[in-house]
Amino acid sequence: MVVAGIDVGSKMAKVVIMDGDRNILSYVMARTGTDHGKTSEEVLNEALEKAGLKREDLEKIVATGFGKISVPFADDEVTQVIAAGKGAYFVRPSARTVIEVGAEESRAISLDENGNVKDFALADKCAAGAGSFVDAMIRYLEVTPEEFGQLALKATRAIPMNAQCVVFAESEVVSLLHSNVPKAEISRAIHDAIADRVIAIARRLDIRDDVLLIGGLANDIGFIESMKRELGKDVYVPEDYPPELVPAIGAALSAVQGVR
Amino acid sequence: MGVKVRPFECWDDFKKYRMEYYRNYLEAKENGSIRWAGSAWAFDPVPAGLGEDVYPLTGEPYGATAAFFRDFSMRALETIERKGAARDLCGYMRNYWGSVAMDKYLLADGAEIEPFPKPDFNFTIHICCTHAKWYHYAAELEGGVPTYAVDISVGPGYLLNDKKIEYVVRQLEDAIQWMEKVTGREYDDELLIRAVENEARSMTLWSKICKLNQNTPAPMEEKSMFSFYVMTLLRRSDEKIVKLYEKLYKEVESRVKRGIGALTQEQFRFVTDNPPPWPFLKVYRYLEENYGAVSVGSIYTFGLGAAWLGMDEKGENWIWEPAPTPEEAGYEIHDRRSALWWTAMFNLKYRASWQHEYSHWIRKQETYQMVKDWKADAIIMHLNRGCELWNMSTLEVRDYLVRNGVSVATYEGNMADPREFDEARTFNVIDSFMQSLGIEKLT
Repeated sequence: MVVAGIDVGSKMAKVVIMDGDRNILSYVMARTGTDHGKTSEEVLNEALEKAGLKREDLEKIVATGFGKISVPFADDEVTQVIAAGKGAYFVRPSARTVIEVGAEESRAISLDENGNVKDFALADKCAAGAGSFVDAMIRYLEVTPEEFGQLALKATRAIPMNAQCVVFAESEVVSLLHSNVPKAEISRAIHDAIADRVIAIARRLDIRDDVLLIGGLANDIGFIESMKRELGKDVYVPEDYPPELVPAIGAALSAVQGVR
Repeated sequence: MGVKVRPFECWDDFKKYRMEYYRNYLEAKENGSIRWAGSAWAFDPVPAGLGEDVYPLTGEPYGATAAFFRDFSMRALETIERKGAARDLCGYMRNYWGSVAMDKYLLADGAEIEPFPKPDFNFTIHICCTHAKWYHYAAELEGGVPTYAVDISVGPGYLLNDKKIEYVVRQLEDAIQWMEKVTGREYDDELLIRAVENEARSMTLWSKICKLNQNTPAPMEEKSMFSFYVMTLLRRSDEKIVKLYEKLYKEVESRVKRGIGALTQEQFRFVTDNPPPWPFLKVYRYLEENYGAVSVGSIYTFGLGAAWLGMDEKGENWIWEPAPTPEEAGYEIHDRRSALWWTAMFNLKYRASWQHEYSHWIRKQETYQMVKDWKADAIIMHLNRGCELWNMSTLEVRDYLVRNGVSVATYEGNMADPREFDEARTFNVIDSFMQSLGIEKLT
């Protein structure tokens, strides 16, 4: 039995091909672009090719992500919370709190010892605690995403960012740059601010060890350090797969369960 | 086999009353009658002593009706924001002010009338940061309307004593003298007594109707309850409201006996807490149609207009049992003072929605006990940006419920500002919640 899980996020589309024994046969990640249906078709075909399979080999396709309704060939859908929870338990069974920071949304999930979602909290209506915010700040600082994370580690002091909104935060960053504040300190301020907002969401839940960080921002070392500092706990990121792939893994697991 | 469902026989009677209510207020001056405006929590029986032709307009239900008609609401909100009102103020209040500022009055069917009918006086209460200021500013917008606000912040009902009741009674006595002065009318104590008795009867009847929803299948879903409960916030001291509730009580009782439910398939029961997002009641429809999920009530629909025993004497447990009427309590109302004493005591002690404003502990017990008594599988909480008072302690309540084994979902919105609701995200929250509980979509 072979299935596919596909996660169409606002920035990236991710697909995972999995067999009935829950082995990941291949995965692909690509920019979502403007035509979600076309992109999802392309990433699926690429993942099948990598696994040496054909479309007719797939028994079930389950979609998740904000663009899940734009996947015309999906047999079923699963919500982002459930997909992220299942995927998180797969990559780190000891995780009890999962924090996902995607391009436009962030969420926190509590898992029980069997990997079931016990509770969850979502950010609403605001991108200030999500990856798009970071993208905007990176543009202002004129650095690469990798440099942006590394810069924060070089900061010698913490300076607060007061703005609660991306629009105002951009203007605050510009002011700091004009005041000749080193980019390292601005980078740390931005990371701390995002960590603050994300942790505020997670605090609606009972934050328990261990905390697994997933989503695109989990690739950012500066953000991981800010999260550790603000939470006062260790924070883990998936070791064997990219952190943004986790919900697609969860969608594939849903497909396996559905077929069984 | 599915559950039998049937529309409410008294539905049209309730609808007719609501239509007449807004029209009566509009046309009052043509007949030399009196109209007053104020909070739905104001002491409604008190102005009733001015005559049988006294018509109120209560602000919160008006603000909710405006919110339901989204196009009107958007214009009202934008109008008042151009005058400087901040977006984080009470959503009902902003719709009301916007309506006054546009000089357009809305009837219950959405018809817009010009100009906005100016009240003879405003009569309100002061429990939250909004109510008294609401009418101070409304009076200014209307070019000057005499305004009287009663301070009722004396603490929760289980700690009530004679001194606290007396504090409110004296304000009501002063209010009567003030009303006589601003209207030029002589006050009739017999009308007050009747109104006070009617208030207690309509509020306890609504409690008894709410209790019937503890049955399975639930005879009422909350969308229908929104149309029923609001009568206690329009003019609960009116004998016609008592009659409407008597009729409804019999009908709901009969539905329970005959197994008539609110949904053809009830596979999930939940309660809510805050005012709903009035422009997006489709949240309830979505839950019903996709999951066979019925909302059997809320602190809002049960707490605003009904009278409950509330916290026990020790302040430890909440009791969802109807409060006594004067007759049941053996209390004789024979003059102005005894009438005012009863209405002050009755509202301060038994109005559920006033109790939890003093303590998150009360709100926790109230909510937890509701989940248990109405046999709810979960609570879906509206993080409502439109009301500071109702949103106070919501997240503490959420934590308490989760720790005590209650499944909780939250979504953000605004009871009366359509710009602050994200439909897709809310449905996503609902789907995630249901999937996490293992509730399948209906096929």
